[in-house]
Amino acid sequence: MSEVEIQIGGLGGQGVILAGMVIGRGLVLYDGYHVSLTQSFGPEARGSACSAQLVVSREPVLYPYVTNPHILVTLSQEAYRRFVPSLRPGGTLIVEADLVQAVPLPDAVALYRVPATRLAEALGRRLVMNMVLVGFFTAVIGLPHPDSVRRAIRDSVPTGTEALNLAAFEQGYNFGLKQLAGKSEADILH
Amino acid sequence: MKADPRGVLSGVHFLDGDQACAEGALAAGCRFAAGYPITPSTEIVERFAQRVPLLGGMFLQMEDELAASIAIQGAVWAGAKAFTVTSGPGFSLMMEHIGYAAMTETPCVIVDVQRGGPSTGLPTLPAQADMQQARWGSHGDYELIALAPNSPQECFDLTIEAFNLAERYRTPVLLMMDEIVGHMTERVEIPPAEQIELVPRRYTTKPPAEYQPFAPEADLVPAMVRAGQGYRFHITGLTHDERGYPTTSVAAHDRLVRRLVAKIRNHAAQLTRVEEHFLEDAEVIVLAYGITSRVALRAVQMARARGIAAGLLRPILIWPFLEARLRQLARRPGLSGILVAEINLGQIVREVERCVGAQVPVQLAGHAGGSVHHPQELFEAIVQMAHAVEIER
Repeated sequence: MSEVEIQIGGLGGQGVILAGMVIGRGLVLYDGYHVSLTQSFGPEARGSACSAQLVVSREPVLYPYVTNPHILVTLSQEAYRRFVPSLRPGGTLIVEADLVQAVPLPDAVALYRVPATRLAEALGRRLVMNMVLVGFFTAVIGLPHPDSVRRAIRDSVPTGTEALNLAAFEQGYNFGLKQLAGKSEADILH
Repeated sequence: MKADPRGVLSGVHFLDGDQACAEGALAAGCRFAAGYPITPSTEIVERFAQRVPLLGGMFLQMEDELAASIAIQGAVWAGAKAFTVTSGPGFSLMMEHIGYAAMTETPCVIVDVQRGGPSTGLPTLPAQADMQQARWGSHGDYELIALAPNSPQECFDLTIEAFNLAERYRTPVLLMMDEIVGHMTERVEIPPAEQIELVPRRYTTKPPAEYQPFAPEADLVPAMVRAGQGYRFHITGLTHDERGYPTTSVAAHDRLVRRLVAKIRNHAAQLTRVEEHFLEDAEVIVLAYGITSRVALRAVQMARARGIAAGLLRPILIWPFLEARLRQLARRPGLSGILVAEINLGQIVREVERCVGAQVPVQLAGHAGGSVHHPQELFEAIVQMAHAVEIER
């Protein structure tokens, strides 16, 4: 019954749900996990708080809601404020480095910061910030398998945008690998 | 009859229940849908409307749910398989035409993705509070069939089953989803078309001069014809005789309504679809359906881990109710109670009480909607039921 709960929170329009969809699709279709993905959002098309929640297991998932995430990703200060209190002790926290100040920071969590928006802007499209984030997630969490994510991205994004989205994934993935190797953000960006 | 491979998206997918339901309809050969958008059901027809024109079919957005629920019946009599989808407020509007489908024996599928009510209630959040409305919502005496999927995979599988049962018994079939199974995304495996068995429409083999549209065959179900094939026939919601013409004869009314009810009730045994876990030695049986059955299974596992003999009985087909199986279980020595978990304040629990009478204590673990029960909450209810019995002993 061991399950991993993942929550990705941000604002409508940031691609939060698609990021969750790509991670879930990679895990389910290519890595053989059971995943239940649920989403919550406000009535507005853009700008309201939204989140994607994934329960990941080797067994079928019975209770589909995330209550205390093992892994929390926040792309807005509002999402950080709302979701950080439920992060499990010993959990992993990933934040968008420029949009989120990780304060107050709970004790005993592993914090990773990724300037996903800046990395996406370097590719010419801020819009693909979510795929940068997915790449970073894949590197630091070690799941899904990077090839599974690459396939899931091809399955999930609009036709004609595959190359851009994959480039964004590689940006985030490489940034994550370098951060794991102990380099600081400033080192990696230069 | 095998499914038309053009409508079957064979393979493994990561889909939500709404999308899976649309794929189930397409795989079942449904080529017409009419609807009026309402959260949380809209994604079903959104996907259907994108896919079905490529298969020669059609989606019509109607002015309201009354129109949608009768448009599908026109399509059926023209030879199509058809369905409509809605949620609470729209389901209420469809009640009259569900009765019309029952009376005219029009095979069709109506999907209700349940959300919190009454009225417009909680559009984006779940409930299971339309369960008795599904059974009794239209006026008059009739029986119909209702199914309750608990996952996106079952939204696919049971949509096909719903179309098959509609054709088999010439009845409206309701697919009682809920907001969570509709909006949750999981693995959905769509088999190859040649592995999907479809029930073809029962068309008459009689020549036009001998055909009577409401003269039943041995199983009480009459054969249909298709408009434009040279048969003269008449369909009405008024009480009708075997020829389909209106009558106010008490004898004809009695014959018709008794047959409409009996064609389902007489087949209750064949219509039982149930999932059972740990019932062999269960002291406490949790009865739950739809999304709640998954949470209940988790609670049962928690109870088992602490030495409490709990089990799960999950009706997959809700109407007609699994009376025979439930009565059989209730007679078993060693059973201390039945806990009914549902996202409403007491609907299917009434049916359970009716079936088991005073044989065994029945208790409701209700929830007003907006979420599912937490497994811990159901676990505690199981513990309480098990302890209550120990104290009595």
